[in-house]
Amino acid sequence: MKNHILFLFLMSISWSTVHAQDDLMKMLENETSNEKKKNDYATATFKTTRLMNGHSIENVAAGVLDFKVSHRFGMLNSGGYQLFGLDQATMRMGLDYGISNRLMIGVGRSTFQKQYDAFGKFKILRQATGGKWSSPVSISAVSTVMLKTLKWEDPKLQNYYTSRLSFAHQLIIARKFSEGLSLQIMPSFVHYNLAKSVNDPNDIFALGAGGRIKLTKRLSFNVEYYHILPISFVAGENYRLPGTKNSLAIGFDIETGGHIFQLHFTNSTGMTEKTFITETTGDFFKGDIHFGFNISRVFTIKKKRLKK
Amino acid sequence: MSAFFAEAQHMYMTKTGKVSFSSRAKSPEKVEADNNEVSSILNTQSGEMVFAILVKSFHFESALMEEHFNENYVESNKYPKSTFKGKILNLSAVNFSKEGAYPVNVEGDLTFHGITKKVTSAGSLSVKAGKITAFSKFQVKLKDFKVSIPSLVADKISEDIDIVVECNYELKK
Repeated sequence: MKNHILFLFLMSISWSTVHAQDDLMKMLENETSNEKKKNDYATATFKTTRLMNGHSIENVAAGVLDFKVSHRFGMLNSGGYQLFGLDQATMRMGLDYGISNRLMIGVGRSTFQKQYDAFGKFKILRQATGGKWSSPVSISAVSTVMLKTLKWEDPKLQNYYTSRLSFAHQLIIARKFSEGLSLQIMPSFVHYNLAKSVNDPNDIFALGAGGRIKLTKRLSFNVEYYHILPISFVAGENYRLPGTKNSLAIGFDIETGGHIFQLHFTNSTGMTEKTFITETTGDFFKGDIHFGFNISRVFTIKKKRLKK
Repeated sequence: MSAFFAEAQHMYMTKTGKVSFSSRAKSPEKVEADNNEVSSILNTQSGEMVFAILVKSFHFESALMEEHFNENYVESNKYPKSTFKGKILNLSAVNFSKEGAYPVNVEGDLTFHGITKKVTSAGSLSVKAGKITAFSKFQVKLKDFKVSIPSLVADKISEDIDIVVECNYELKK
């Protein structure tokens, strides 16, 4: 018994000398844990500001310019004569800029329907834990205006410039569940200033859902789907454009330093909200699939000042 | 032991210490970051020093670089904290009661990216008006801490990283 006590005593002495620095570390931890906890924001829910066709929850950071070039080739089922769609391509070129960490703006031009588009995107809420403003989800709002500049179908008619315009408003609600899994839903609303025909709607509602699974640190697998909702402002009117399908895209994000390559398969041809949400005509499951890619290159225009 | 420390007059502390690092590769893009929220305690009696750093508090000039640093290289969600537990080897050469600058050698365990390595560094301690300023510059190798650089960007980030530490300690209350 005596020996045991002596042994314990010796142990405690040697422990206290060897682990004196651990005591000091514990003291430091106690000192810092008393402080008000800061919000720990979820970062990099997605690799870039687009899921594939549409917006992801991400913004470009303040002072960052993002140059995006996107292509959608022809349909895979167009056969060997068209080299499975590779002979045809539609393109969108765009520039996005971060005014602040919450607000970004962007402009683009698509060959499809000779469209110009411009958008503003604002981060309303950021997913965070720990601090005063903790939230399980991030929420962003995006509004896009699209201008179709194809020649008038009937130039003899009295045509108005405003008839070329359409608008899309989206709310994006996203959660990064883990390092590997992020999901988002996107309630969306598209408005046409001029409907195509009497029975066609001016206003179309859709609910989008999408997500990613990270396969490696620099590679992720994405899915994006928009379901047009049977909601109509006018009783008896169509709630969707005739012959259209819901938009589906599956693909991969590949990140290499300052570039992000997004490769995907989608049944949508256009790369603006009104075209892919409401004007998709391809049937994904019958092979009306476009191979497409987005390339993103970011430039830091305004550098953050490092405190020296 | 803690009770004894709490009353002692030889504990110096800071919560706003600075640690910065830079990579010396010949790249047009500077890979460097600052952290101004480093907490540290210096025990002037035993010569022990401890540091605690939140890895996410390292800030870069480029937001994308910062994101990649956290996401791809140092995995700050998995390893949020970096620590250093060390000791001044030549404590007898420092007279804390007399103003002046004293060169010191510090040895200890640096934990980063979940890996602990023994590092030694030369630096200085300056005593002035009851405050102590510690300064040190040393180098670590990325592979020692299992931070891997993909070959695609290997020319932009060097294997050796320069680290600069600057802390202004005040007597702990």
